[in-house]
Amino acid sequence: MHLTNDEEGILKGDHGEGAQKAMELLVAIGEAFDAERMIPVTRAHAASSGQEGDLFFVEILAKGNAVCKIPTTTNPIADFEYFQKIINIAEEHEEASVAWRTKEYYRRIGAIMSQSCIPYLAENIPEYGEHVAFSESSATPYVNSVIGALTNRESIQTALAAGVIGKTPEFGLHFKENRVGTVLVSVETNLKDGYSYSLLGQYIGKRVNYGIPVLVGITKRPTIDQYVNLCAMMNTSGAIPMFHIPGFTAEAKTVEEAFGGNTQHDKIVITDRELHQIEEELQTATGDIEAVILGCPHYNLDQLNQLAQLLKGKKIRDGISFWVNTSATTKLLAERTGYVQTIEESGAHLVVDTCIDMFCWNHLKGKAGMTDSPKCAYYRRFGPVKVGNMQECVASALKKK
Amino acid sequence: MEFTLKCHKVAKGFGEGEALVSRDPICFYLTEPKTGVVREKGHQLEGKSVTGKVLVFSSGKASSAVQMDGLVKLLLNQKAPSAMIVKDVEPVLVGTAVLTKVPLVDRLERDPFEMIHSGDFVKVDADRGMVTVARK
Repeated sequence: MHLTNDEEGILKGDHGEGAQKAMELLVAIGEAFDAERMIPVTRAHAASSGQEGDLFFVEILAKGNAVCKIPTTTNPIADFEYFQKIINIAEEHEEASVAWRTKEYYRRIGAIMSQSCIPYLAENIPEYGEHVAFSESSATPYVNSVIGALTNRESIQTALAAGVIGKTPEFGLHFKENRVGTVLVSVETNLKDGYSYSLLGQYIGKRVNYGIPVLVGITKRPTIDQYVNLCAMMNTSGAIPMFHIPGFTAEAKTVEEAFGGNTQHDKIVITDRELHQIEEELQTATGDIEAVILGCPHYNLDQLNQLAQLLKGKKIRDGISFWVNTSATTKLLAERTGYVQTIEESGAHLVVDTCIDMFCWNHLKGKAGMTDSPKCAYYRRFGPVKVGNMQECVASALKKK
Repeated sequence: MEFTLKCHKVAKGFGEGEALVSRDPICFYLTEPKTGVVREKGHQLEGKSVTGKVLVFSSGKASSAVQMDGLVKLLLNQKAPSAMIVKDVEPVLVGTAVLTKVPLVDRLERDPFEMIHSGDFVKVDADRGMVTVARK
């Protein structure tokens, strides 16, 4: 791999040990994938998880005096102060300490404390054609496909290293010719809401595993939350960094353009039967539920509006804890608009900065729960689990008349 | 019997040990951190320990958060594998190996699943791009 004098200098440690470690990682990735050079990236998103593996690298960077050179946002970890007020998290002392230290190191290296898994909607929005380094399951496919920015499927660490150096090795999805479709997905079912897009994503990820699907048969432009759900689930049940919906997503107007002349591709068909089957695989609860988690990925403002309308003047049943996750930015706007008050008056908790894969949810372990997120069901925060759309989740938790 | 195969360095270093071969992709989050035993249900290596082994496997899987976390936890408990030989690398596994300093090679000149069997004694010299296999 060819490095400039400046890049060689960073690698030798001229800019401190933190920058050196970041450069070592980027060079190793570049060499593993036969990149010939580094290219500039102008923004990054590190899918910080607040777990030991995350702490390991950000601590090395912070202690080596690394500083983010480009805007670098962070993923949700946990809002400790909030949870301490409503549940006892003292037992998870060790995990809390790891998470807390991780946050402090991110702050120290100058990362933006967005603590959001939908940063591409508010805090860190790439442009069409911009080269970036975005990790996080929904973020990678969203910025590649919906926006048309260019990123590889980054890890927390490679995205963070790119944030510190402002560069990434040039390979994979940074080249136009690698952004073409590999499999045709014929959608022959009516996708009525964000939840059906989640099921679609869950099925595609499982079936395709790795590749670039081209979706046909979608006649109505997906809404933002539908895109977000599709992205998050495809890139959790599989490793799908990009997709095309010709006519709607950024880079391809037609199916031919999406495949870029590649005629040797597989085809899969998705009907009501496949979506129903994937939903059944996730259902393990039969009786009444004791908890609901919404907002994985984080709810945006539209979704909080919909939820507020469903909860207006209603009360959550006694014995059910009802949780909604969103970003701090979204909550601020929702507060000013009045959604937060409506949601909280029903007895629901609105949480910011928090990922569902965190110790602060341990109090729900073993309880029967319901969610509109296959990803949340998969992380097994509950005991038995039911899945359904937002309306069904709300209906199952409200006071019976 | 002993033979040597050329390979491509991904994460530097030297490691040796008994080979443990898996055609299934591996996620280190699904190993027991205190024992190194694979606990993923239905996995080809379920119930076997990765500790001190030269792991020969098809590819990594799952998100960066969990892959890295899994290997770091093994490392902190001194239960990590001694080296890795992988058929298809992906960026998450590369980053994880580089940062935890577990030597990793790919592009063996012959199919690793044909050439290496569980129980062989394998030396991985990533820096020189060489894998040596000894079979009793």
